[in-house]
Amino acid sequence: MTEQNSTGALIVKITVLTIGAALLFAPFLFQDVRSLEVAARICVFVVLVASYDLLIGYTGIVSFAHTMFFGFGAYGAAIALKQMGPGWDAVMVGGLAGMLVSLIVAVAIGLLSLRVKAIFFAMITLAVASVVLVLASQLSDFTGGEDGITYRAPQLFKTATKLAVDEDGKVLRLFGVKLNGKLAAYYFVFATSLALFVLMFRLVGSPLGTVLKAIRENEARAEAIGYRVVSYRTFVFCIAALAASLAGTIYAIWLKYTGPDTMLSFSIMIDILLMVVIGGMGTMWGAVIGAVLMVLAQYYLRDLMGAAAEATSNLPILPELLNPDRWLLWLGIIFILLVYFFPRGIAGTIMQKGIAK
Amino acid sequence: MKNLTQILARMGGVNLLPVAVAAVAFVLIGVPSSWVTLTVAGLAMGMMIFLMASGLSLVFGLMDVLNFGHSAFVSLGAFVAASVLTWLAGWLGADSIFLNVMALFLALTAALIVGLAGGWFFETVIIRPVYKDHLRQILITMGALIVAEQLILAVWGGTPMAVPRPQFLESAIILGDVSIEIYRIFAFLLGLAVYVALYLTLNRTRIGLLIRAGVENREMVEALGFRIDRLFIGVFMLGSALATLGGAMWAGYETLISPSLGAEMMIVVFIVVIIGGLGSIEGTLLGAIMVGLVGNYVGFLMPKMALASNMILMMAILMWRPSGLRPAVK
Repeated sequence: MTEQNSTGALIVKITVLTIGAALLFAPFLFQDVRSLEVAARICVFVVLVASYDLLIGYTGIVSFAHTMFFGFGAYGAAIALKQMGPGWDAVMVGGLAGMLVSLIVAVAIGLLSLRVKAIFFAMITLAVASVVLVLASQLSDFTGGEDGITYRAPQLFKTATKLAVDEDGKVLRLFGVKLNGKLAAYYFVFATSLALFVLMFRLVGSPLGTVLKAIRENEARAEAIGYRVVSYRTFVFCIAALAASLAGTIYAIWLKYTGPDTMLSFSIMIDILLMVVIGGMGTMWGAVIGAVLMVLAQYYLRDLMGAAAEATSNLPILPELLNPDRWLLWLGIIFILLVYFFPRGIAGTIMQKGIAK
Repeated sequence: MKNLTQILARMGGVNLLPVAVAAVAFVLIGVPSSWVTLTVAGLAMGMMIFLMASGLSLVFGLMDVLNFGHSAFVSLGAFVAASVLTWLAGWLGADSIFLNVMALFLALTAALIVGLAGGWFFETVIIRPVYKDHLRQILITMGALIVAEQLILAVWGGTPMAVPRPQFLESAIILGDVSIEIYRIFAFLLGLAVYVALYLTLNRTRIGLLIRAGVENREMVEALGFRIDRLFIGVFMLGSALATLGGAMWAGYETLISPSLGAEMMIVVFIVVIIGGLGSIEGTLLGAIMVGLVGNYVGFLMPKMALASNMILMMAILMWRPSGLRPAVK
């Protein structure tokens, strides 16, 4: 039996499908605003993490510029929606502009620096991304600076929009859920994220995906067989950049706000890194699991830590360490332990179980 | 044309680059007094950046380990030094130069000791298990950076901290219409002393010989019976201590520090080692001085471009020399 159809793989696949179903029915299952926020964030981050996994897991490229592409997409949509007013044309223009910028920057970085060692590439992407972050905060006429941009989403996604009305002219309810624009917006996020995820899933299963894995495993050999390693790397870097940019556009439409902290900051890059490693590098399934766990932790672990800090408030340094703001500390420790002991992440480790020797 | 290249090479080749930059800036700025001030500031800044970057470059050269957590040591050094200086505020304000110097000396020593201890811990606990695995090295050191930054936040809090400076470094020397802060001269001299010490150690002592041999061919040094892993720990501790020293000096330079200092400096440090060529001390010095000078000149000439200047400098140099100005022999 191969890894693809071991019992472990079955468990992982069932888990992911359950998550998918939960996300599909999220507005009906969890009927409060915060849960819907969480669900939408999970959808977007699944795409973002999967696209990052294309780089780090499948091709062995470490890039720290992934949030930059996310930000390009988000700022593209945000600026277009602000300047052109809410409408689908603005979304199209903004999204395409974001993708175009991402593509150009990705090609430039890729051709310039994917020839060199992984470590060099990681450093260069980090430098580029931080410069873009600073520029986004500085060019305040254009990007709104530190405050970011607030704008209105297209008409269809407004909470006041009624998708269906009953006899009295009120919003029709289905299982107690108002069929309003918020619901439409959520399903827009869900559907586009799903489409992007499936697309990437197909990509890694295709012959191209096999070549990428070959490059990851043994670069010199792949080159010797006749694959142009630099072209493949640049290509996959561009694909990942485009996917991240689209994810940014989707998230910008959902949030109706774009700012450096939510779209560009280095902490998002760390989130993505944690998600990929926790979920499992080199498996698209892992991206889903990692994103779900991290986003849930972000929203709910802090509450838990707040309670723990209060409970230990009499002890010396402990409450300071359990402060909800310090949650990254614990995630960082978990991250290090995972890289040591389970380098394949949750999905990878489970999938190995049940392989007949 | 060929003659010109030869003449340039004989005069120092790429080492002339900072001189060329300074000359071009002199023409563009046009006012000698501001040019001198900017050049001194650029050199002082370059030397402090050199302190921070040299450790990173050395460790990479010898161990093939790139420590993304290096900037944590910079922050750590800054905060430790600031704490010691605040604690000894009485000595700093005193008129006696001896007490001033003692306070400064204690602050820098504290930073160095913390750097050595932190380096030892980092090497044995974090990096030892992931030698020769670049992908996991990047991930692990990144994780360690997150943890270290959060610990610094937990201990010193998120608010910016004021750093008191010793009395005798506060004033400025005035030559004609040029005024030069004494702290900058001090930073420059300290950096220069560290460079000379490193250079002599690497090129004139037995330990330096072993380190250079280890950079070139690790197995051979081991086969000859030397314990290269001990050398590794030593170099790593030294590199971390240099980073904390650089952080401590930077804290005095900025006089107001916040926990994001390390992350901000990390980018500059990376740009410097990329420009200079990973693994070589000379290259790092060259890169640091270039970055310091260009940053100051551009900040004066075109303030809007100051942020992007480092980036453009890096891109230009990478196009010209893809492995940096003076890469280590490897």
